[in-house]
Formats: sequence, C-alpha cells, structure tokens
Amino acid sequence: MSVTKIGDRVKRVDAVQKARGEAKYVCDMTFDDMQYAYMVRSTVPRGKILNIHLPELPEGYYFISAKDIPAKNELWMIAKDWRCFAEDYVLYVGETIGLVVGPDRGVLKDLKSKIVIDYEEQIPAVSIDDGINCVGGPMFPEKNSNVMCELFCEKGKPMDEVFAEADEVFEETITTPYQEHVHLETNSAIATYEDGKFVFYASAQCPFYIRKSIAGLLDIPYGDIIIRQATTGGAFGGKEHFPDVLCGALLVAENVIRKPIKMVFDREEDTQFSVKRHPSKCIYKTAIKDGKITGVYGHIYYNCGAYLSSSYVVLQRGVFHANGVYTFPNTYLKGEGIGTNTFPTCAFRGFGAPQTLFAIETHMDHIARHLGVDPLDFKKQYLCKQGDETTTNGHIIEEVKLPEMLDVITKESDYYRKVKEYTPGCGKGIGIAIYNHGGAFTGNGEQAIIKAHSRLVKKGDRVTILVGSTEMGQGFKTSLRKICAATLGISIDDVDYPDPDTSKVVDSGPTAASRSTMIVGKLVERAAQQMKERWDEGDFDVEVEYEHPEGYPWDQATFRGDAYLGYGWGVACVEVEVDKLTNEVKTTGIWSSHEIGKAIDELIVHGQINGGIIQSLGYGSMEKLENRKGFFRQKSMSDYVIPTSMDFPKQFYHIQENPYPWGPYGAKGMGELVFNGASAAFVDAVERAFNTKFNSIPIPPEDIEEALKNVQ
Amino acid sequence: MYNDVRFKLNGKDMIYTGDPLRRLLDVLREDYSLTGSKEGCGEGECGACSIVKDGELVTSCIIPVGAVNGCELLTIEGIRDTEKGKCIIDAYAEGGAVQCGFCIPGMVMATYCLLNKNPNPSEEEIRVGISGNICRCTGYDLIVECIRLAAEKGASIWNK
Repeated sequence: MSVTKIGDRVKRVDAVQKARGEAKYVCDMTFDDMQYAYMVRSTVPRGKILNIHLPELPEGYYFISAKDIPAKNELWMIAKDWRCFAEDYVLYVGETIGLVVGPDRGVLKDLKSKIVIDYEEQIPAVSIDDGINCVGGPMFPEKNSNVMCELFCEKGKPMDEVFAEADEVFEETITTPYQEHVHLETNSAIATYEDGKFVFYASAQCPFYIRKSIAGLLDIPYGDIIIRQATTGGAFGGKEHFPDVLCGALLVAENVIRKPIKMVFDREEDTQFSVKRHPSKCIYKTAIKDGKITGVYGHIYYNCGAYLSSSYVVLQRGVFHANGVYTFPNTYLKGEGIGTNTFPTCAFRGFGAPQTLFAIETHMDHIARHLGVDPLDFKKQYLCKQGDETTTNGHIIEEVKLPEMLDVITKESDYYRKVKEYTPGCGKGIGIAIYNHGGAFTGNGEQAIIKAHSRLVKKGDRVTILVGSTEMGQGFKTSLRKICAATLGISIDDVDYPDPDTSKVVDSGPTAASRSTMIVGKLVERAAQQMKERWDEGDFDVEVEYEHPEGYPWDQATFRGDAYLGYGWGVACVEVEVDKLTNEVKTTGIWSSHEIGKAIDELIVHGQINGGIIQSLGYGSMEKLENRKGFFRQKSMSDYVIPTSMDFPKQFYHIQENPYPWGPYGAKGMGELVFNGASAAFVDAVERAFNTKFNSIPIPPEDIEEALKNVQ
Repeated sequence: MYNDVRFKLNGKDMIYTGDPLRRLLDVLREDYSLTGSKEGCGEGECGACSIVKDGELVTSCIIPVGAVNGCELLTIEGIRDTEKGKCIIDAYAEGGAVQCGFCIPGMVMATYCLLNKNPNPSEEEIRVGISGNICRCTGYDLIVECIRLAAEKGASIWNK
C-alpha cells in the first residue's frame, strides 16, 4: 500500500459503515436480559420535595433515587455541586429525582406517569436579571447573591480616567440566547456489570470525564469503572459533561440491579432536559476620542443555570474573547456567571467565545454607523498584530493574517461594490464579521490540569493509536490516523484507532476546546517520530506526555499572561435580501476565510467550516429557545427549528495557511472557530438591508417586525 | 388478536401479527433488527428514519405498522448492496458527506428516491429533495455535492 501524505485526499474511515447503517450507536445496541431506565424529573423550577408517592412496583421493577447512593450524592465536573439525584429540594425543571428501571418500556412509562411528587414551590430566578436581583431569595445565602463565578482582566489606564478624557462614551447592551445542540443522536448510555466492573457504553465526548465524575457515588476506584465510547452521533459540547448525569444515575441503578440497563432520551427530553449554550448579556461602554476608540469596558453576564458544570471556564473564555480581534489601548473586562433556577448551561461549540464575539462585532458595527464610517474600514484600524499586548497582559504570539484574509473575502464577495450599491434600507445588505478562537485549554491548563498522554502500539507492520480522544463526527479518527501514517511513512490503512475504552487507552484529555488536532495530534506526531527511529526493533509501544513550550507565562489566579499560544482566525461575509412586507430574510451569499495553521485534511476542514457556519447562522437567525417561568417553551424539533438544506446557499470557503510551530504539521484547532462569526455577519447584513439596529439574536421575522416598530 | 399486516420488506414477504398501532420504525428496528433507520425526533421532522414506501420517501416514526398493509418497503439495509445503493454510498464517502453519520442512512434513502425520479437534478432540486432530512453537522454543501457526484458517476444506473 502506498505511503500516506498529509496533503493526500483520503476517505473518512467511518463514512461507509455509517452510510450503510452499520455503525452501532447506543440506541442500536442490545444485551441479553436488557432493562430500560427512564428519568423521573422535577416539574417545578424551585421548591422543597415534601413527598414522593410511588405506585406499587411489580416484581423486577425499581425506583432508584438518592437513597440508593452508598457514598456521596455528587457528580464531579469542575466542582462537585451537581447532585446525581435531587433529594429534599429541587433547583430547576428537569432535575433528576430518580430512575424507573425494569424490563418493559410500556410498564415503565405507566409507572412513571403514576409517580406523584408533592412540592412546596418557591419563586424561581429564571433570567440573568432575575439572578442578579436574587429573585426568590439568593441561591447562595452565604454570599447573599446568585453569582456563581466571576473574573476580570484589565489593561492600560483605569477606565474612569479613559472615560473622563473621552469625547463620548458609546454604551449599549447586547444579549444572546440559549441554543440547543440538536446533535441528531440524543443523549444515551447503557450500563452493564462485566467481570466485576461497571461498564458503560456511552454516547460521549470525554470517557475519562465520566469515570472521574461518577466514581464518588459508590466511592470506588476509577479502575472499577470502564467507559467504552459508542459511535457518537454528534455532540458539539452537549456530550462533554452531560453524559455524567446519565451515567451517574445508571451507575447507582447498576449497583443495585446488576443487569444491563439502557437509557435513551427521546427528542423532547433532549430538548427540554439537557444542557444548553449560555444566554448572555453584555454591557459595553466604549470611550471615543477624535473618532477613535480609546478604551473598552465590558461587563458580561452568563446565565449558568442551577449548577456550575463547566460555566466558570466558559465564562473565562467569554471574557478573554470579549475584545474580539482588536487591540484597544485600555480595556476592563469583567465576567459574572449568574445562577438561576434553569437547566444548567454547559459547553457548546465555541465555549463562551461566540457570545462575546457576537457582542463586540455588533457593537463595533454600531459604533461605526454612529460615526458614519464603513464598519469594515472602522474595524480594520484596530486589528491586532503579532506582539500586541492582549487584554490579559500577554502577547499575540503568532503573525496575524487577517488583512490577507479580508482581501480575499472582500474580493470574492465584491464587498466594497455592494456596500456602495446597497444603500441603507434598500432591502439588500452585506455584512462582515472578524473573529478568532484561542486553541486548547486556557493558559497553562494543558500542562497544569490535563497532562495529556498518547500511546502508539506497533505490531508487525500495523500501528494502533491508543488515546481517549473521541470521534463524534468531526473527523478526528481520520485526521489522527493521517498524522500518524504520514509521520511514520506508512499507509493510513495500516493505522488503527479503536473507539476509546478507558481500561485500554491512555488519557489524552477531553475531546473539547479545539484541542484534539493541536495537542493530541502533536503528541501522536511526536510518538510516531520516536517510533519511526526504532521501527526495525520489532513490536513495541511508545508513550509521550504533553510538554508546554517555555517562556509563555500564565497565572490562573489572576488571569494574567498568555491565555492562548495560538488562535484560529476567521472572516465571514454574508449577503441577504429581505422582503419588507413579511420581514423574511433570504441569505444570498456566504463567504469565509479561516486561518487554522494548516489543514490536516482539507475535505474534513471544508465540512467543519460549512457545518459551523450554518450552526452559527441558525443561532443568529432562527434558533429560538426561550425559558418562561423555568420551563423551555420550545420542546421538540417542530418548534425549535434548525436550518434545513433550503435555508442557506452554497458557501465559498478559503483556508489561510500559517504554520503553527507547536502543532502537528503546523495545524491549530478549528472546530469551534468556524462557529464564532457568521451570526454577527448575518445581523450586520440584515441591519443594513432594513437600516435598523438589533441588540439581540435570533432575529426571525417576528422579531424583526418588533425591532422595526420600536424604531418607528 | 390482531389482523395480520402483510407487506414486502426489502424484497421479502412479511407477515406482522402484533399491535398494528406500533410505530413502523420500532417494528423495523426491534422486530426485524434493521437498525440502519434511526430515530432523531420521533415526530416526522428530521428524516433520520426515512424509508421508501411504494417508491415514496416516508418517515417511519409517524407511520403505524398497520398502515403499510400491502405496501412495498425499502430500508437502507435493502439498498446498500444494490448497484444504486453502492453508487450513493461510495459518492458520500468519496466526497465527504458523512460526519457523525446519524442522519446519513435517511439521507441516502432520500437521495435514492430523488435520483430514481430525477437522474440529473440541479443543485436546487437536490436541496428540495433532501429538505425533509435534517443534518446538524455538515451544513449540507458536501451532501449536495455528493448527490451530484452520485448522479454523474451513476448516470447509466439512474437513467435505466
């Protein structure tokens, strides 16, 4: 077989099996004597549990609850605040109270419907403003507040000085909504007991996270739990920490029942009772002197729901991206994660960056129009460059290629001609957004927290990659095999990469944070280089550990230093035509350029770009998920609408190379980057077409109507 | 006792004797172990459970099995080893249409229906043809391109 090179076009390893319907997702797996589990959840957003009335349970049927937990009722994500089963009180609608488990799903549904729970209801805090004002009483009485987590970073002069010297301060508030992942495969897991171990088959991004999170429920060593990732039908962050919630409850049940137990959410459960993207409220105050920005103050609130999950880290990323791709002389950026009585929010592609990037891009557009200049020309003055001081007092380490990328996109889209031709309010509009995404964990997190390992095993002429990183649709199985094969000088067909099993692979860290290619890919490249030197030694293993480049300090206590060693960079341009009678918006063109270091596989990157941009356009235009009084109003795919093949046109895409010294073959992360900008470009275009201003998304026709009314 | 439900499934005559109100999708997946058809939404919105019934694309999650008496059904398992099925699957693999894959068997069925009716579809006709199949990963462009590829590479098959 021929030697695979990085530039080769290869077929994805999983494509045929998936297209033939042969790939086994959790829902497709069956075991002898299989039992089923359904979650019994709270139906009030905040209150005390007074009584749980159970119907008589037939033989072989169980109600599993907090009483069945032998050790601690806590899941360990970042903190240990998320309870496996609520007892005594509930904090949000959909909180797990118990599981009904047994052999017949019809009987289980009937039993579940007959469980009656009495509550003493309390007033919930639902929105960010509710949380700030401690509606219903503070969630954290010891602090007398609902603030779950907070941070700030500052650069330059104090903002009161900057404001005092300014000609004017442009202030506005921009909000972003919930977003549901809608991975086509819902959350699902199976627990079994095999050879004295608790074994899970899970649709999950991070097998090692699950193990760490749930072991404390039984107070057992990690090694007594085995997580086997099943083919995972999309995740987008929705299966980063949330599988812990399913697997934790199943572990408690498995400890009692010791038979295979399967739990598959239906779409209504997945829509209403799973984690979401954080809604945000961003208050920006920008000082302007002589037509130039002299300082930016940002106060950012994220709605974290009732438990912390990953929110503190999400908030940090939000704050670190709150200046966008711009260098401002003075900045003060503060973030507060607000607790509310709503389903906890967690990771979703972009991990906190899309909210603030949308806000700063839209804010910059609004300032430009206020000053009467073209938004793109206005933004270009502030584009950050290599060596610039960042908002965390670190530096931009790499060369920034945004000017070249903007040249490509303005030319391809004919931006400057259209900007002149499409006068404000003429019914046509074109918008552009510029964005970035810091690769991998913030600061020295890869070294201090993750400590990733990768192992290669050589047997004859075949090599097996043993890492905990997962394929969830993003193409990593193909990219990583390609890196390995190209480095070894063998064919990609001679490299195996089995689905992770925590008892067999080493922990390469979570499949999150756009870190897999950049960090794990580099580890595999290094291991393969070592293996190549010893290739003739017969069968052997090579294991390597992450090493952080020296000279890039980061202080996690004060959030100062080099937050990211490398960013992905992006430009997205969107053109629209609007119907002024119905306020319907038709997108007529999409152009993007992304700098990702180097594309390991152009076809996979192309697919990521297309998909990320359409998700972002859905976020900006149509994906409406509202919470009223603690309940999500949208409950399924018929009322939470995501883009179809008819909603957006074919995209132009461009990949800008700029090899990254610490990535495999120069590659950086890109999975999240491609989500971070298109929604702002879309809103910019629609604003120009209607000659109006939007301070929130999404903007379906009914919301456009509202905005136009308010202007009149 | 229920009345028999008789239908042809992937070329074989079947007699189903159970509850006729069960969802066709459940019967396919659980009684006949045809797990290629997936449940994405359970309400006919997403198309992951798409199969072909008497030549038309349908969502098997909202059809009671009793309603297919006398019908001819094709699932992904029934087409994947045929000339047409292989043509689509090869094009999907070659052109990068597959990411997480959960929507793909349904998408392949939609493609099969489309190309049977229109062997040489335009981009617009392809987008209409798969508009009942939701994909959250790809943004559709590469799926559309792969369907064009299947039409071109399989021109002789689809024009038969």
